[in-house]
Amino acid sequence: MFAPAPFLLKDVSVSQVMIQVCVALIPGIAAYASLVGPAILVQLVIATLAALVAEALMLKVRGKSLALFLTDGSAIVTAWLIALTFPPLAPWWLVVTGTVFAVVVAKHLYGGLGQNPFNPAMVAFAVCIVAFPALMSQWPSVGLQLGLIDQMNIILGWAPRVDALSGATPLDAMKTALKLGEGSFDVSTLLANQDIYGNFAGRGWEWVAAGYLLGGLWLWQRKLITWHVPVAFIASMTVLSGALWLYNPSQFASPLFHLLSGGAMLGAFFIATDPVSGCTTPRGKLIFGAGAGLLAYIIRVFGGYPDGVAFAVLLMNLSAPLIDLLTQPPIFGMKEKS
Amino acid sequence: MLMNLFTFKGGVKPPTNKTQSVTLPIAQAPLPSRLVVPLHQSIGGMPQPVVQAGDKVLKGQLIGEADGWISAAVHAPTSGTVLEVAMHVQPHPSGLDALCVVIEPDGKDEWIAREAVDYKSLPPEEVRERLQQAGVVGLGGAVFPTHGKLTASKTVPMEELVINGAECEPFITCDDLLMRERADEVVRGIGIFRDLLQPKKVLIGIEDNKPEAAAAMRLAVQALGESFEVVQVPTRYPAGGAKQLIRVLTGKEVPASKRSTDLGVQCFNVATAYTAWRAIAHGEPVVSRLVTLSGNVHAPRNYEVLIGTPMGELLKLAQPHPDTDGIIMGGPMMGFLVPNADVPVVKATNCLIAHSERLFPPKAPEMPCIRCGSCAQACPHELQPFEMYWFSRAKNFGKTQEYNIFDCIECGCCSFVCPSRIPLVQYFRFAKSEIWAREREKNASDQAKARFEFKQLREEREKADKAEKLAKAAAAQAAKKAAEAAAAAAAESGTVPAVAAPADAPSATVNPEKEAKRATIEAAMARAKAQREAVQPKNTENLTAEQQKAAADIEARRVAAHLIEPEPAAAADQPAAPLDPKS
Repeated sequence: MFAPAPFLLKDVSVSQVMIQVCVALIPGIAAYASLVGPAILVQLVIATLAALVAEALMLKVRGKSLALFLTDGSAIVTAWLIALTFPPLAPWWLVVTGTVFAVVVAKHLYGGLGQNPFNPAMVAFAVCIVAFPALMSQWPSVGLQLGLIDQMNIILGWAPRVDALSGATPLDAMKTALKLGEGSFDVSTLLANQDIYGNFAGRGWEWVAAGYLLGGLWLWQRKLITWHVPVAFIASMTVLSGALWLYNPSQFASPLFHLLSGGAMLGAFFIATDPVSGCTTPRGKLIFGAGAGLLAYIIRVFGGYPDGVAFAVLLMNLSAPLIDLLTQPPIFGMKEKS
Repeated sequence: MLMNLFTFKGGVKPPTNKTQSVTLPIAQAPLPSRLVVPLHQSIGGMPQPVVQAGDKVLKGQLIGEADGWISAAVHAPTSGTVLEVAMHVQPHPSGLDALCVVIEPDGKDEWIAREAVDYKSLPPEEVRERLQQAGVVGLGGAVFPTHGKLTASKTVPMEELVINGAECEPFITCDDLLMRERADEVVRGIGIFRDLLQPKKVLIGIEDNKPEAAAAMRLAVQALGESFEVVQVPTRYPAGGAKQLIRVLTGKEVPASKRSTDLGVQCFNVATAYTAWRAIAHGEPVVSRLVTLSGNVHAPRNYEVLIGTPMGELLKLAQPHPDTDGIIMGGPMMGFLVPNADVPVVKATNCLIAHSERLFPPKAPEMPCIRCGSCAQACPHELQPFEMYWFSRAKNFGKTQEYNIFDCIECGCCSFVCPSRIPLVQYFRFAKSEIWAREREKNASDQAKARFEFKQLREEREKADKAEKLAKAAAAQAAKKAAEAAAAAAAESGTVPAVAAPADAPSATVNPEKEAKRATIEAAMARAKAQREAVQPKNTENLTAEQQKAAADIEARRVAAHLIEPEPAAAADQPAAPLDPKS
């Protein structure tokens, strides 16, 4: 009988980690569902099914144990992040394409669980926004109230994609307005439009962001993530957006607007904290989070995409190995004497 | 305590499982039918057996003599007869055999003459010597010979002496019970260490889940009028690791590359202090120790056990449940399953845990690392276990060393917290042993190379020396003969007619000269031949026919021109003048 020490093991597993991440997403999902209707739940189901099928096929092709890896929950986390970052009324095949690409290419072709250099969900987002920019920018117009059946019909392509769908996220709407207006609009006038922007960041969106924040804090409390990435992400975005806002409040929105709109909170707590593709050393995590926050702001404000979180995270994924290498903490007994 | 404690990073809190075995006092384990006493029971040199089969031994009699300074003697645990000195399987995960003295007890348990001394009257050197002769080693598990740790650094003043009563591993309670029941002698033993090392402070660290032990120790310290501080440290594995306890009590971090005395601190286990006191003040060598019997048993308890007692026989005292399927020696974090139930209790055996799948469920299959970093957060040495794992797995051992794999103390915290169930410590042991094996191999090949080169050099030198000696001897012989002849001639010249003298004298003077010359020439020829032989023509294996022919032509020309193979006769005919026999 061979069983190496330790004989006692803590009751933890990869699936437990993944399940807790999913649980932490629930407050955000609830707020999202109350904002856009049951469509988001439909998308979550579609993405989950697509991810599990793709995962099972790839495991089979690679000769890995289905029982062991299909239940690890990692594919579900990827699927949920995709469903939550794609437009809620995106056609089913777009979500499926993104999910399958994430699981097959971004995850399994790189070696499967734990081996992917890039966050699979963000790869899916980047691929789809480049390949299908129009569909990826179609968000339900504010105030559009559709029932489950109507939403299902739109997602499944049985109903025409009505004009009401060609809305944008508040973040995108503000950027477009500011750009098109060429100075004739200013932020305070735009924000006065309570229909779109609600109190400060987009009607209802601040609740979604608050939901993610809540779930993220729970993850931190459960010690599944450390404080470094979210704090650095939020701090860097606050500092940069705050500086520009103070410089010209009529053309730049406040830090609060940026933190509570788009994928900022989801990114700070759930995407940039992905351990596989992120940094692992404490200082590395700070650099990673700060870099992601800065890049996300720069891309969403000055770039051509509705939001910058996905590209920011992917760019930081690229730099993660180098950052880790350069930020190795000193070990026990080898610290500089203070 | 008002003392300001430090903390170490990382660590884990496994369920302690200590209460089961502390309800009853220490009991004496009965004499087993047979004792198998391994000779190698400490770090360092392998003690040599000083008894043989058939010898009668008394309890405490020397059976294995310390080999070198870092080595400790081994003694007969009871009186009886030596059955054999032979190889037996060891309590080690490898399951390898080692030399053991097997003793059949005679049941009398008769001691040797024990000499009790007042150590204060002895020079420190002799106290250390006595500890070595009594086989006192670190009983916390590392079994490093204690006397080897009792010399302060020459350059760094000794500041703190740390006494380790933390006992952080789950299940183990032998130090707890020792402190509860024999605190007085533990404190006296600490007194010996204090007098030898002369630290400014003595700190006794005990985890705060052992209030009874701490109270007993405080009482003993007070009763003996000592100034030792008994400090309760937070219960967190591995607070009982020497480096962690030193950190908690003194704030000092001892890196793998340094000795703790270089930082003015030294650490001993409480049980070591106890045995040191018994050895010095009672003349009792280490022939028994306290062992916790726990785990999947009906009656967990601590026993005073003779070294060499077979583990299976001992564990029966605790009445293991029928589903017991193995014995763990040590705790559940760093212990190991022994190869079989016949292996003996040794000085490092602090605990035996009956193993069952109910108590320690089989591990879930290993999953890929998801770099969650839990291991790095749990590592008390602040290493990056997942990086070391990655490189160990890839057999990139250079990189594992860059990530300080040799600072790993194999405490098991990383494996404990890993959600992917990766046996990280196993990977690190593998990497370490590979690195050691490669270093050994490299050293061996370096040595072989050096030996070979030296041999070549020596052979050449010997050849030359021999020739030279021959020459000298021949010259001396000739000179002697000449002298004798001259003397004889001189003696004769007085009595015999001088007519013979002129005839003999020339031959006597010519002969030695000629002899010396011939020997010198021979020596020179031998040297030249050796040189020629040493120079082998190169690249002659794969020559074309044309090349071979060209080479043969050149050889022929050289022979014709007398460039090579000079005639020996010609050399002999040469005048002796340039050949100085002394050269």
